[in-house]
Amino acid sequence: MQPDARFRFENFVVGSANRLAVAAARAVAESPGAAYNPLFIYSASGLGKTHLAGAIGNHARQLQPTLQVEYVTLDDFMEQLHAAISIGQTATFTQRYQHVDILLLDDVQFLTGRRETQTEMLRLFNALAGTGRQIVMTSDRPPNEIADVDERLVTRLAGGLIVDIGAPDYETRVAILRNKCDERGVALRPNVLEELAKTEYGNVRELQGALNRIIAQQQLGGPVRTDQVRVVLGEPAPAWRAPTPAKERGGEYMSFLSDVASVVAQNVEGWRMRLSEAVAYWNGEGYRTQVLERALHMPKAPDIEGLLGMYTAAVERLRALEQEVNAIDPALGASEVFRDPERVRDAEDVVRRAEAGEVPPPGPSSAFTRAGFEVSPSNQLAVKAADAVAADPGGKYNPLFVHGPSGVGKTHLANAIGNEIVEASGGAIGVSFVSAGEFIDELIAALQDGTLERWRARYRAAGALIIDDIQFMAGKERTQEELFHIFNALHGAGKQIVLTSDREPKDLDGLEERLRSRFEGGLVVGISSPDRALREKLYARYLSLVEPPPEDGLLEYLSDRPASSVREIIGTVNRLVAAADVAGVSLNVDLARKELEGVGSAPAPAPVNARAMDAFFLDDEKVVWDWPDVAGRAIEEWR
Amino acid sequence: MSLVNYATREITCKIVYYGPGRSGKTTNLHYIYGQVPEDRKGKMVSLATQTDRTLFFDFLPLDLGQISGFTTKFQLYTVPGQVYYQTTRKLVLQGADGVVFVGDSQARQLQENIESMQDLHANLAEQGIDARQIPLVIQYNKQDLPSDLILGVPDLEDALNFWGAPHFAADALHGHGVFETLRGISELVLRKLSAGAGAR
Repeated sequence: MQPDARFRFENFVVGSANRLAVAAARAVAESPGAAYNPLFIYSASGLGKTHLAGAIGNHARQLQPTLQVEYVTLDDFMEQLHAAISIGQTATFTQRYQHVDILLLDDVQFLTGRRETQTEMLRLFNALAGTGRQIVMTSDRPPNEIADVDERLVTRLAGGLIVDIGAPDYETRVAILRNKCDERGVALRPNVLEELAKTEYGNVRELQGALNRIIAQQQLGGPVRTDQVRVVLGEPAPAWRAPTPAKERGGEYMSFLSDVASVVAQNVEGWRMRLSEAVAYWNGEGYRTQVLERALHMPKAPDIEGLLGMYTAAVERLRALEQEVNAIDPALGASEVFRDPERVRDAEDVVRRAEAGEVPPPGPSSAFTRAGFEVSPSNQLAVKAADAVAADPGGKYNPLFVHGPSGVGKTHLANAIGNEIVEASGGAIGVSFVSAGEFIDELIAALQDGTLERWRARYRAAGALIIDDIQFMAGKERTQEELFHIFNALHGAGKQIVLTSDREPKDLDGLEERLRSRFEGGLVVGISSPDRALREKLYARYLSLVEPPPEDGLLEYLSDRPASSVREIIGTVNRLVAAADVAGVSLNVDLARKELEGVGSAPAPAPVNARAMDAFFLDDEKVVWDWPDVAGRAIEEWR
Repeated sequence: MSLVNYATREITCKIVYYGPGRSGKTTNLHYIYGQVPEDRKGKMVSLATQTDRTLFFDFLPLDLGQISGFTTKFQLYTVPGQVYYQTTRKLVLQGADGVVFVGDSQARQLQENIESMQDLHANLAEQGIDARQIPLVIQYNKQDLPSDLILGVPDLEDALNFWGAPHFAADALHGHGVFETLRGISELVLRKLSAGAGAR
């Protein structure tokens, strides 16, 4: 809807109570989107909010006829939104408003409690503000007093300039009355208007109503005299009702403020405003904006359109690249280069390399460190071999094949080797760590997408390759074939390969002979179940984390018990801690014995969780508590 | 300190009231403070001696709120007028965006006015600032005193304002001319917003 053409700046009477608002409105009309965005005008009813909003629209169109100006009351806005939702066309609705250059939104105080409208408006605001379009809002109260509105929306409403319009002072009232008389071609006796204006009407509409009565009286009974004004109006008009008259708030200060505002508006440079808005917007979107910030500090305006255009184009390009790379490897999409429009080339490079398969698969987990791996006779051979490999990757034992039962630390050790290699080479050697299961899944996915070449290339690009749980490849012929080629390529290039398995190569059924012989060609080392020394170390470590500290003797007791794996040890500690918690005592040998050997205690009955029960069963009257015994039941049936 | 920061959307104006001792600089600030609406009032800091002379300086922060989307703050300072507080004056003058020279209209104070003006020039020059470049307005205070005690504005203009800075006659005690002066200096300072201010 277009604003009412009658609402113009020329017929808006400016007084001290609305000077600031008018100055701001003019600035907005003259450079929409640049000076104050959004502009928020509030005042009591009938003081000219709608007039000002309309004047902005009309004046702006007068200056730039191509501008698209839209005036809408919040009520209409909501109605349109609901209509759009009901036919499933919300996107069209938003789009329609996104192309508006100046959006004039009247009576936004009705936002209270309209969650849906608020959400939609927030979205629209972001879109409009991000593209430098102007929003003007009117309300009967300031943004922070509109109840039940999303905090984010409130901050946006208040983010530009908030101005209020006070009730008109005497001079303004006279000027308004004169204007109205001129508009209607009515002539009154001298001083009648002045007498009328002496009554301090709280708003312009009441003032106009009073004038209408005078005019009507004049048409009926001839010219009204000054002394008749009071009589015609009946009772003395209601006392001043403006919330706080400008005078009480320090008229000089307010007029100083409005002067400052207009000087600032005149002198703030539109291009810097646009730039700073763009900076804020793109920062919010997570993009780096140094290039814009540098321009912001230039002494003279650069080619803003060109600069912003280039920046936006770069962001678009980055988004496209990010999408491409996400399709290949989501981990790469998180890279910083996709957030910096100055590094489009780098981003392109990343994508190109990812497409060419030059980016190796992800590395080992940094959670598993060599320092955190406890050494004992049961695993010292494997650890020594691992250290040798880490010191000289691809040199000494290639491949290194680590086998042992589940839970003895093979994965930990393999990761630790990877981390050591990365660290020792200062990151120069890219170590890839993959479980056999993932390896198989990736291969299947690559076969499906027809990206087999890229997949192969990625593995060949690895500086070192660690494959966990190789036993899962047993019987998978295609996987073994691919691994065979990758193995040869890496091995031939002198790159380290580490494999782990739950059994020795010779016991791996369903493994092709050519792979087996290659696996055995390096060093095969085993890790056995934790021996007493290792158990003691591990128990000591995990028990040291327990609060309060456990009783002496517990460590001895536990270490003496056999454990098949590190995982079992961790599990035992957790179980004891839980039991001690339930019993409300600190960890001790008795408790451990009871818990682990079942000595001296029947299994505790499962606690009855009354709360979880259906409320029905909590009603004593409805529950049969004492079932009749067999004899009783027989008698019952016999009857 | 830069006047405007477009990145953080802030305008910070430092305005220093300069002039000889007892010319009414602090009175200016007090009057302004009295006019600020309660909800906008910051704290006026006045470090005064027991005899009510400004010992160190007065500082009145004025938070003007959001203007054109900028958080706008004015900082009004006064310097101690007495000759022996030279160091403080230099310190306060540092980074000023604009200066209000408050002159004492009393005829017998003419020499003090002239000396203070020279002192201002010297201190600005020491900071590498040409007094003709920095926004400056002159206030002729105490114009309400009996006319046989004071000099008229034209005489004062002849004596002090030899490069035609904007000037205001004032009676700071009763507030006449106080806001006019503040408005005058603000306008001069804020005009600099567009003169490549972001580069500073």
